[in-house]
Amino acid sequence: MFTFIVRRIIQTIPVLIGVTILTFSMMHLIPGDPAQIIAGESASPEQIELMRERLGLNDPLPVQYFDYIRGVVTGDLGNSIRSGRAVSSEVFLRLRPTIELAVYSTILSVFIGLIAGVFAAVRRGGLSDSLVMIVALFGLSLPNFWLGLMLIQYLAIGIDIFGINTGWFAASGWGTWQQQVLPVLTLGTAGAAIIARMTRSSMLEVIDQDYIRTARAKGVKERVVIYRHALKNALIPVVTVVGLQFGTLLGGAVLTETVFAINGLGRLIVDSIRARDFPIVQGGVLIFALLFVFVNIAVDVIYRLLNKRIDLN
Amino acid sequence: MREEVNTGAVISKTAPNPTVVKLTNLWKKLIKNKSAVIGGIMILLFILIAFIGPHFTPFSPNAQNTVNRLATPSAEHWFGTDHLGRDIFSRIIHGMSITLYVGFFSVLIGTTIGVVLGIISGYYGGKVDTIIMRLMDILLAFPGILLALAIVSVLGSSTENLIIAVGIFSIPVFARIVRGSTLAVRKLEYIDAIKALGANDARIIFLHILPNVTSPIIVQATLSIATSILTASGLSFIGMGAQPPTPEWGAMLSDGRNYMWDAPHVATIPGLAIVVVVLAFNLFGDGLRDALDPKMKN
Repeated sequence: MFTFIVRRIIQTIPVLIGVTILTFSMMHLIPGDPAQIIAGESASPEQIELMRERLGLNDPLPVQYFDYIRGVVTGDLGNSIRSGRAVSSEVFLRLRPTIELAVYSTILSVFIGLIAGVFAAVRRGGLSDSLVMIVALFGLSLPNFWLGLMLIQYLAIGIDIFGINTGWFAASGWGTWQQQVLPVLTLGTAGAAIIARMTRSSMLEVIDQDYIRTARAKGVKERVVIYRHALKNALIPVVTVVGLQFGTLLGGAVLTETVFAINGLGRLIVDSIRARDFPIVQGGVLIFALLFVFVNIAVDVIYRLLNKRIDLN
Repeated sequence: MREEVNTGAVISKTAPNPTVVKLTNLWKKLIKNKSAVIGGIMILLFILIAFIGPHFTPFSPNAQNTVNRLATPSAEHWFGTDHLGRDIFSRIIHGMSITLYVGFFSVLIGTTIGVVLGIISGYYGGKVDTIIMRLMDILLAFPGILLALAIVSVLGSSTENLIIAVGIFSIPVFARIVRGSTLAVRKLEYIDAIKALGANDARIIFLHILPNVTSPIIVQATLSIATSILTASGLSFIGMGAQPPTPEWGAMLSDGRNYMWDAPHVATIPGLAIVVVVLAFNLFGDGLRDALDPKMKN
């Protein structure tokens, strides 16, 4: 297992190099002179030249890239244009709400998705099966930023039903559970829909297998057949989807954080794009990608633990 | 063709054209599939609205009327008016073409590049395959809409850049699917036979591999339009896509956000419009998949 993890990390290196090349290029691809942008609009030509020298922009590109990598490895991602503080500290300060949001939403979507998926699969072809699948299709088609606004409208601002105001939750921020419910629902819905569909089709495939029929023929209780025999095997492909979903949710946090005014990494990136604070954008995007790459390794490890027959190499 | 024989009999007597047979089979299966029929009709209707709708809207999408701001839906303004007194119904109708335009063209970019890369990767294998697939892994390492966001942040916010960004974002899915299908087709005996007859690679790829991998491409393209519309409207929502006063639905939603207390309909209606269009493509895509490739379900 240990050698597998090590090998998996080594395999990731080309991807990591590619990711850093892309984030490195971001700075060079933006229209205009990075030195001018970082020094500010009112900078004199001398100041811009000084900035160019300081940023190493006069060096050949490969040299600049290796300087960048050295920075990434030592945690030096440059300084924010707006605040002047180190990008790494700004980014890490904002990381917690984003990770919490993505983790809670993933848990929610796995929970709802598995229950709904198994429920539908067991009632294959029935009315409740179609109903669950229609709801899932809707869930898949909702723009999460809109869902967030609607939840704010009906569950934070609230409406009066029989004299009861439904404004139970907070519309913005991140900290108390009242603040966390709506963003997690917002972000988790699409994931729940995808996992429900995946679980259902995976269950249906397993239920038709011979060993399930054998178990039933042996007189094993239906409940045990479904949960111990079928679900356990049906879960294997679902794990991969959950891993991919975590990435989508991580990215989706950008919109959810904007809707709920959560001071997370996603919102920091959006605000920084607006303010043309490119070092922050570059650093934030890099951290997001690194996070996702390592989550993927974790998923592969879980996948392998669940299914020892599969040799991932 | 003899006159007394109907066309059906003629076709059955001559060797059947496999493509025609395939298409009629597909049509028969599609027409039986409820979600494909509902989704397909909805999409046709939306395309119709996008083309002729703008000629019949009661108001110009950008005509402001400061006296009648944030009006609730009425006989005159079916969907009410926004914070500048613009007619939301007219803006939704004009926005339809933008939504479909962004959806179709970004997926066209993603499909074209993805299919070319996927076929090359699957057909040639070896080092080329490794390089292309690692490149795709790199693109996939940027979670969710972040890749598109990063591209737009570099290119600048506009509808065209939005299409490019969302298009690049959807390349890896196509490359992976097409590579998989190409690998499966390449191993079939008839490809060896054609090679032995002296066909060159381009001929094999275009005439023999591509036609056999189209089913998954079409299914994925339909589903990708749904995803692309969601991604693009999301980027417009945070100001990284279509710029004001373009009646793009995501941007309209973003405007409406500030008036949630007084006039929730301003944000609600564009969102509903997005849901309905995305739903149509998801329905049609699901139906297509069931009809074309029952094994591809997930």
